Amino acid sequence: MKVFSWFNNTFLILLAFICLFPLLHILAISFSSSAAASAGLVKLWPVDFTLKSYEFILSKHEFLKSMTVTFQRLVIGTAVNMILTVLIAYPLSKETKDLKFRTLYAWFFIFTILFGGGLIPWYMTIKYVGIMNSIWALILPSAVPVFNVILLLNFFRGIPKELEESSFIDGAGYWTTLWKIMVPISLPAMATVGLFTMVNHWNSWFDGLILMGRSDQYPLATYLQTIIKGMDLTKLSGQDAIVMSKVSDRTAKAAQIFVGTLPILIVYPFLQRYFVQGIVLGSVKE
Amino acid sequence: MNKKLVRQLPLHFMLLPGIILILIFSYIPMVGIVIAFQQFIPTNGLFGSEYIGWGNFEYAFQLPDLSIVLKNTLFISIMKIIVGLIAALVTALLLNEVRLMWLKRSVQTIVYLPHFLSWVVLGGILIDILSPSSGIIAKVFTFIGLEPIFFLGKNDWFPYVIVISDVWKEFGFNTIVYLAAITSVNPALYEAAKIDGANRWKQTWHITLPGMRPIIVLLATLSLGNVLNAGFDQIFNLYSPAVYKSGDIIDTMVYRIGLIDFQYGLATAIGLFKSIVSFILISTSYWLAYRFANYRIF
Repeated sequence: MKVFSWFNNTFLILLAFICLFPLLHILAISFSSSAAASAGLVKLWPVDFTLKSYEFILSKHEFLKSMTVTFQRLVIGTAVNMILTVLIAYPLSKETKDLKFRTLYAWFFIFTILFGGGLIPWYMTIKYVGIMNSIWALILPSAVPVFNVILLLNFFRGIPKELEESSFIDGAGYWTTLWKIMVPISLPAMATVGLFTMVNHWNSWFDGLILMGRSDQYPLATYLQTIIKGMDLTKLSGQDAIVMSKVSDRTAKAAQIFVGTLPILIVYPFLQRYFVQGIVLGSVKE
Repeated sequence: MNKKLVRQLPLHFMLLPGIILILIFSYIPMVGIVIAFQQFIPTNGLFGSEYIGWGNFEYAFQLPDLSIVLKNTLFISIMKIIVGLIAALVTALLLNEVRLMWLKRSVQTIVYLPHFLSWVVLGGILIDILSPSSGIIAKVFTFIGLEPIFFLGKNDWFPYVIVISDVWKEFGFNTIVYLAAITSVNPALYEAAKIDGANRWKQTWHITLPGMRPIIVLLATLSLGNVLNAGFDQIFNLYSPAVYKSGDIIDTMVYRIGLIDFQYGLATAIGLFKSIVSFILISTSYWLAYRFANYRIF
């Protein structure tokens, strides 16, 4: 039994290490000199420590520009998503006697999970709506996150009816009850949904790639995607030659990849705190 | 009656913005499947192009690539589902045996971190690590005297790299679900088994696993709906023309035909085929989950 326990613990530590190793490795490369990186000397610790890769990417206009686009989409997108999620989840959490056509409304939203028109019709719709090449192309098409609506809807249903009823007796309407009672009481659930929404916005890259015409309108994730796939049209220019001895394509990519993950690592402790709750609410509810 | 309707009017108003947005960005694209029956020209609008009946479908189904792509899609997604479920189940059972709480909690926390990272970032990391010239895996291979392998460029390896890296990214998620299921097993059962002289292995086999059966069946059933989703983000960020033969899937094919080659009708037809099969699969899986596990999404 002792032996098994020892093997088991070692195995699980190894497993956790395998999950972290790629991140640590790329972090080490981003802080290493280009010579050490290309000679394959870097494993888990930076060799010939330097911040040059980070200085280089922070001086890159495209990188900074894409950061501002991502920031915009994060702020506006999350706000729009959250407002809509609440506004849809609350009425749908009512029973049919309180909301006529409730079942019809619910199926109207659920059906979009089951069936979709596919990539091309979706793309053409956005083109015809005329929001292509604007920040709204990254926000409006995904403005209603149906899964989050379901998550919050189930949460609203778990709130004791008496709370709402007492508010109605005091003469409050649905709007007041929603903002003064339901939203404050669901703050933990809303925080979870909000964090997931933000992570989604941070990670989304495909919409940027096909809906934004010019590369200077790309959000960070899309910009990263194009440099990683080797389609970087903004190759190192003449004035970069000074830093070149320390920075290579590889170390610069590593630094940009790491910046791309950093915000997620920062919010991760908060994400995982509510994570299990989220799953229990969303996927194994019985 | 009328008074009641007036009273619930605010609720209907709350739904309005969401309904409009869903109508535009989800239901108009559903109408847009008419593109599959057209010789589609974007400037003519959704309905202005010439209708050619089933032409696009007939053309699609005689494409030799389509059967390869279907085969790749099914192989990759089914492998992901099976390997992913087993990996998560084994990890959860092993974690359940750990008596050191700090270790259990740390491992639990670390294994699902990759779930939140995007395939852009993870793809970039994988490309670096697996690079046959400078990647760390190649260095290890050379060190132990083996020839470095170009994992992302060889058809023999590519689908397996896809399956393994996806399992690596996602197994932590299901591990957490299984762990939650384990904690809900009645502790009295273990006490009874101990009195009967069952060791830990016997307890796992006869109590923990049967106790988890409903949740295993439920997750397996729900994953049925994903059989045609082999992972666009992942494959798009890792593949290259050299591995189309083993790694091209429906979604990447639709993207290339439609948005790179501008054969809109053809791409819509293939996409519609996928949507319809997926619709049947997802509906069936939800129905089965509802029927046998009493699972409801709302």
